[in-house]
Amino acid sequence: MALPQNLVAEFNELLTHYPHKQAALIPALHRCQEELGGWISPQTMEDCAAFFGLEPVEVYGVASFYPMFRMRPPGKHVVSVCHNISCALRGSDELLAKVCEVTGAPVHGTSADGRFSVNTVECQGACANAPMFDLDGVYHEDLTPEKAARILGEVK
Amino acid sequence: MSQHPTYLLDRAKIEGAHTLAVAQKHGAYEALRKILKEGITYAQVIQVVKDSGLRGRGGAGFPTGMKWSFMPDPAKDPRPRYLAVNADESEPGTCKDRVLMEQDPHGFIEGCLVAAYAIRAQAVYIYVRGEYRHPYNRVFQALAEARKAGLVGKRILGSDFDCEVWMHKGAGAYICGEETGLMESLEGKRGHPRPKPPFPAMFGLWGQPTTVNNVETVFNAPFIVNRGAAWFQSMGTKTSTGNLLVGVSGHVNRPGVYELPFGVSCREIVEDVCGGVWKGKRLKGFFPGGSSTGVLPASFLDTKLEHDAIKATGSMLGTAAMIVMDEDTCMVRAHEIIARFYEHESCGQCSQCREGTQWLHQIFRRIENGEGRHEDIDMLVTLSQGMAPGKTICALSDAAAIPTLAVVKHFRSEFQEHVEKGACPHLPAGTRRPVLAGHGAAH
Ligand SMILES: Cc1cc2nc3c(=O)[nH]c(=O)nc-3n(C[C@H](O)[C@H](O)[C@H](O)COP(=O)(O)O)c2cc1C
Ligand code: SF4
Ligand code: FES
Repeated sequence: MALPQNLVAEFNELLTHYPHKQAALIPALHRCQEELGGWISPQTMEDCAAFFGLEPVEVYGVASFYPMFRMRPPGKHVVSVCHNISCALRGSDELLAKVCEVTGAPVHGTSADGRFSVNTVECQGACANAPMFDLDGVYHEDLTPEKAARILGEVK
Repeated sequence: MSQHPTYLLDRAKIEGAHTLAVAQKHGAYEALRKILKEGITYAQVIQVVKDSGLRGRGGAGFPTGMKWSFMPDPAKDPRPRYLAVNADESEPGTCKDRVLMEQDPHGFIEGCLVAAYAIRAQAVYIYVRGEYRHPYNRVFQALAEARKAGLVGKRILGSDFDCEVWMHKGAGAYICGEETGLMESLEGKRGHPRPKPPFPAMFGLWGQPTTVNNVETVFNAPFIVNRGAAWFQSMGTKTSTGNLLVGVSGHVNRPGVYELPFGVSCREIVEDVCGGVWKGKRLKGFFPGGSSTGVLPASFLDTKLEHDAIKATGSMLGTAAMIVMDEDTCMVRAHEIIARFYEHESCGQCSQCREGTQWLHQIFRRIENGEGRHEDIDMLVTLSQGMAPGKTICALSDAAAIPTLAVVKHFRSEFQEHVEKGACPHLPAGTRRPVLAGHGAAH
């Protein structure tokens, strides 16, 4: 398999930003994760390796270093709850418990119906609006367990 | 608190300031125009920034003009050179750069261009933490507008100044905020910090001369160019000049990101700016500048928020991200969380840091869960002394060790209480922390 044409075109544009090809690897992996199933599959790593002139293991070595790159397919929606200090001081334990209850997903796992994956993440830079979670790439801040349940209840 | 002059967030507060039209109406790109129209030399820009006393806002407080002057003379060293702007903002408690990027992206871009001009960089790379999608998009859109208006790219405003500005997404590793980890990551590798020397000014991105600056640092530069060094020095204290963004989180009534002059007291910040400790409670302690800066007990509340005064307490100003904790907070639990963070974020190259952060986390957890021994308290100290200062490739090890030394020094009795009681005194009898909260990796 090879990378879809639209991604190849995007990556070729990305390469013009840098004097060395490999610099575009992490932005490219982001686009792959967005477009190709929400994770970095072994196939994606092979395809990126071919594009960048790297060994697949080199791409794996980079991708696996970065917490945002998922090495397993996630559920349809991903909730990432911050559990660092400023959020913990304002109730992230209770928030996380509520998120797990509402979604039916365990921490670092996916609900049985495949709809939700729940993670804990380190500080997201929203500390003055703690606690918070990121739902499918969008921050929700100043949360309470009730607010969280409402937001998650509205997810299609 | 009495009124004080502001400038950092003035434009950000204006409706629509993220668009070029509104931003320009309120002064954006005036410093850039002034430099290019009046033929102000790069040496003059460096000089005024030196004279202003501006210090880096990324955590270390290094004098910015001096950092810029480390870049080699292009007549003698014609290699390509770069400015890398650090928008990784991952120090727990810190949420200030985001405000500038979201609300005044043109002011930020102008800051990048003025800094790039001073160091004669032909390209700027803005390294934004991957989670910051909204700030990223705001700056990305602003860049597109600025490029179209001839403010970015070739022959800026018709001058012979060429400078490209590129945005680059990180992918969620705190260590990529360390300047050499950032450069490795920008090159498409794992974010493993490099031993120094060589320093970035000689051997940076792709081995070329590079300066790394924080978002808020470059954001200050256009104001200094426009209004002069004396104006800048009229705010703050002698050794910490200007205003800074103070992010306050934790147990206050009004957490937020505030523009304040250096030298305001921590008490004014907590009691006046943030409306006091929440729920009418008393203060137990606070981190003055993010989780890497040692905790201070309430008795230090009259300390002035500026580099020297905070340093005199044994802590550090860091990113000026104040994390406030009320009287009910468990200091052991708070530091267990922080220790977990450093364990998770250690890149693993140095054994003191890789092993040390794991041990610290385990010991904090053990004490918090009522399984600690008296020897564990001194073990935290011994371990930390083996991890810092300056024993490793980068300062992450110090960032884990120094707060540990601080909390044991100031709150030893709380640790003893945990050990003697065989439980956390802040939890209802017979209960434990829910295990679900946070002992796993974030993958
Ligand atoms: C572990 C670690 C993490 C860091 N994270 C950041 C960060 O997220 N943002 C930042 O601007 N500086 C960060 N720094 C500081 C940078 O290494 C560097 O000093 C700073 O970006 C320089 O900019 P300045 O001189 O403008 O302050 C970090 C340092 C360390 C040791
Ligand atoms: S001190 Fe820690 S984070 Fe820094 S290079 Fe060494 S192991 Fe990596
Ligand atoms: S601690 Fe949760 S966003 Fe910073």
